[in-house]
Amino acid sequence: MTTEELVTGGLRLEAHKQRSTKAPIRAASLTERYVIPLDQHSGLPAVPLVKPSDRVRIWQPIAQPAPGISAWLHSPVSGEVLAIEPRPAPHRLGAPTLSVVIANDGRDERFENAAAIVSFERLSPNEACEHIARGGIVGLGGAAFPTASKLASSLCENGPKLLLNGAECEPYISCDEVLMRERAEDIVFGARALLHALCSPSCTIAIEDDVPDAHTALRLAIDKVGDARIRIKVVPAIYPAGGERQLIATVFDTEVPHDGLPADIGVVCQNVGTAAAIARWIRDGQPLVSRIVTVTGDGVRDAGNLETRIGTPFSSLIADCGGYTERMSRLIMGGSMMGTSLPHDDLPVVKATNCIVAASSLDLQLRGAEMPCIRCGNCSQVCPAFLLPQQLHWYLQPFDSDQLDRHGLLDCIECGCCDYVCPSQIPLVERFREAKPLLTRELDAHLSADAARTRFLARNERLARLEAEHRAKLAAKRRPKNEPSS
Amino acid sequence: MTFPTAPAPHVVAHDSVGRVMRIVIYALLPTVALHVVFFGVGLLIQIALGAATALICEAVALRLRHKPIEPFLKDGSAIVTAILLALCLPPLAPWWLVVSGTAFAILLAKHLYGGLGANPFNPAMVGYAVLLVSFPVQLLQWLPPAGMEIEHVKLSVGETIQTILTGSLPSRLTWDAVTSPTPLDALRTSLKLGMTMVEARAAPIFGTLGGRGWEWINLATLAGGLALLVLRIIRWHIPVAMLGAIVLCASLMYLVDPGTYAGPIFHLTSGASLLGAFFIATDPISAATSDRGRVIYGAGIGVLTYVIRTWGGYPDGVAFAVLLMNLSVPLIDRYTIPRIYGHAR
Amino acid sequence: MITALVTIIILAALAGVATVATAGAPKEISLVHRIDALLPQTQCRRCTFAGCRPYAEAIAQGAADINQCPPGGERTAKALAGLMGVTPKPVGKEYGVVPDYPAVAFIEEDACIGCTKCIQACPVDAIVGASRHMHTVIAADCTGCELCIPPCPVDCIVMRPAPAVVR
Repeated sequence: MTTEELVTGGLRLEAHKQRSTKAPIRAASLTERYVIPLDQHSGLPAVPLVKPSDRVRIWQPIAQPAPGISAWLHSPVSGEVLAIEPRPAPHRLGAPTLSVVIANDGRDERFENAAAIVSFERLSPNEACEHIARGGIVGLGGAAFPTASKLASSLCENGPKLLLNGAECEPYISCDEVLMRERAEDIVFGARALLHALCSPSCTIAIEDDVPDAHTALRLAIDKVGDARIRIKVVPAIYPAGGERQLIATVFDTEVPHDGLPADIGVVCQNVGTAAAIARWIRDGQPLVSRIVTVTGDGVRDAGNLETRIGTPFSSLIADCGGYTERMSRLIMGGSMMGTSLPHDDLPVVKATNCIVAASSLDLQLRGAEMPCIRCGNCSQVCPAFLLPQQLHWYLQPFDSDQLDRHGLLDCIECGCCDYVCPSQIPLVERFREAKPLLTRELDAHLSADAARTRFLARNERLARLEAEHRAKLAAKRRPKNEPSS
Repeated sequence: MTFPTAPAPHVVAHDSVGRVMRIVIYALLPTVALHVVFFGVGLLIQIALGAATALICEAVALRLRHKPIEPFLKDGSAIVTAILLALCLPPLAPWWLVVSGTAFAILLAKHLYGGLGANPFNPAMVGYAVLLVSFPVQLLQWLPPAGMEIEHVKLSVGETIQTILTGSLPSRLTWDAVTSPTPLDALRTSLKLGMTMVEARAAPIFGTLGGRGWEWINLATLAGGLALLVLRIIRWHIPVAMLGAIVLCASLMYLVDPGTYAGPIFHLTSGASLLGAFFIATDPISAATSDRGRVIYGAGIGVLTYVIRTWGGYPDGVAFAVLLMNLSVPLIDRYTIPRIYGHAR
Repeated sequence: MITALVTIIILAALAGVATVATAGAPKEISLVHRIDALLPQTQCRRCTFAGCRPYAEAIAQGAADINQCPPGGERTAKALAGLMGVTPKPVGKEYGVVPDYPAVAFIEEDACIGCTKCIQACPVDAIVGASRHMHTVIAADCTGCELCIPPCPVDCIVMRPAPAVVR
């Protein structure tokens, strides 16, 4: 076996990052069409500011945040808005989602955004968050959560500790590693901006122990600005060390409460890519319209990391990397453990697209035939959330919501470590993903039933009280008649 | 271009139930080999009969339950059950003993409860317990270890086969001449007769550490068990807890009265202590689930084994100890759910 | 003899320890409470009782069957059967149709005349409004009992699929 188990969970996996990190970051080719889904960030879909046949320029805002948790979207090219219509998207494989389709005129005419470049240090923390929001900045670690909302809800009196997540633990993904290697100064600039926006006293950049070049580059960049608040912490290269909750536990030795957020324990975690995007927005006025995408796998001829504009079709990236090999089998967005398998490559790059793996049979390790669980416990040994997956599996059939809740089904981070080590080849993550909404629905039903019962009883009590008061009033009115007249 | 889709994770370790069971069988080979060296080829015939019965019974049960037969026969779990049960039976036991015990184990203790992965009790131990209670005489007909038997009563290979398949000895021999008690049985009888430990241990049936011959077999079992640990087929919690508990109880009682109670080394190297610790109690399906639960489970088996051996009605207590702790697994599991990340300590 | 006595005393002591150790378990919850916990709290009265709690009390007394709750559907009927130790059976058709999906009431504001009859009918106070003022249903509080529909003099209340909860 090529893996080792750890006492506290996780697996040592082969990284498969050598091919894609050999060459420096290069730019992806421009294409004719760019499809920008309006809901590519967490929260509510953005509201379009443009309509079909409008001319747009590069970096021009094309959609504004909806009320609530939402984000700005900007045009990655200059050209004409062809349509705003439902289009297939990689983060919404169930149904096409409303997207802005822009035809590239090749001229890259820039939109002059007067509000873009500011002297950041002069802004108050709230103004700083608002400014970051206007850059369309969302978390580039995979969840695409609007950064400004995260920052705004994390401002606390003592200033939270900032954690920059450079611990890219999933096999095949190397975009953060090359970013740290080649653009460490952007990351440090972004870190300092975040420190200002959060009133935070310290920043820790977490990296794994298998990226010495990135470590050196970051070290140089930090020393160059001479900021003593920023330090580097090296964590073991174990999957999934880069998971937010696991990383916080490793770096700060405290756990995020299961029903809370990192902000509750005074920590804000951002991906290093997000920090670099913030730097580009504040320093250069460039909103989030492009990101580094790793293209790798035995199914593509040349692997590499490409600076890609949002909305570029996957097929274009594959073409940039020499096209598919004959061995191409499965197209995955993400890494080999948690990536989504895609039905075709005519899908646009979104802000959350960190990696495309064109997998062949050399990359894939397919599951064997499923056998019953033999309760060997390999799964519980590797679970980074300290769960007992064998028990969760046991209580799925028949569905025992009480036991599933007690054993923490909703705490599962779907990392796939349990799947990996199961000798019975049970697709555990798939089962848990199916079961979670069923459990959530039942727990929610219990909560609303309890609330309904409380209101019902309160109403009955109120009616009884009103009835009693009414009767007392009537009785008081009747009494004087029975008294002998004076 | 279009591609077929599949859910994550896209890489899974190459492992299978069959591989796990195969490694367990290989780890049992030293034990089997030394057993044959000291007690003749009877064990091999018992294993052959048991394995055949197990596979046939498994196939029948799977057919009745409308399950696919081939993958389950190939997983090797039935063969492991057969080997473990055969190791518990005397080498000259008549064929119907191992056949009925194995059939009971596979059909009732395993498939009646739902087949692989669903049995609450260790099937081999259920089979053994049923045989022990039903046919006590046959189960006490053990052979003396090599070097201790009287020369002209030693059975040849052919005679061994004949005895097992017909159930009766060759006409020149009687059961009294051929059989000998196990070391644990002998110790028990001697102590009951009023001998002290030193006197009892002086009998030729005892070697340096424990029973003669048996101590070598147990060392082979230890080697196999350590191999399983190194290969991560089993984890340390159950063996260490069970053996630790036996050592603790034995040491305690030995300190109290060395004349009446055997010491820890004797208990470790006699009977099925090591086989039980590494191969029987570690059956993951019937054991407790969490690490902490497994320590409690293993310790319980160790204590019960010692108690049954010393004060109970049977010379060796591993089988009943395992079954009793199997009963308490749901209770142990209920109170040893590990703390989940992010929940209060 | 002594051995037997000692053994029995030790076993009894262990049993005592086990009892004390598990004494931290929750106190005996009344049967009515446990039945009520299985009911969906729709308070719709389709079971012929004046609410979920009266139905629970009736079940506990043996005055009602376990298949009288349409909003609870198969799941509740099965759970109640399990709790009461009887054979599970499907929800009786005479009590109503088991809904396919959760529904909430919706007042069509164009037609509402502000008469407060629906407010008085709602068992869980899920409708806000006052006399001659617009009435509206708070969807998150509505249990889908449909008791507000018959009293409305202008028949302006309809049932709609419950909105998804944004987490």
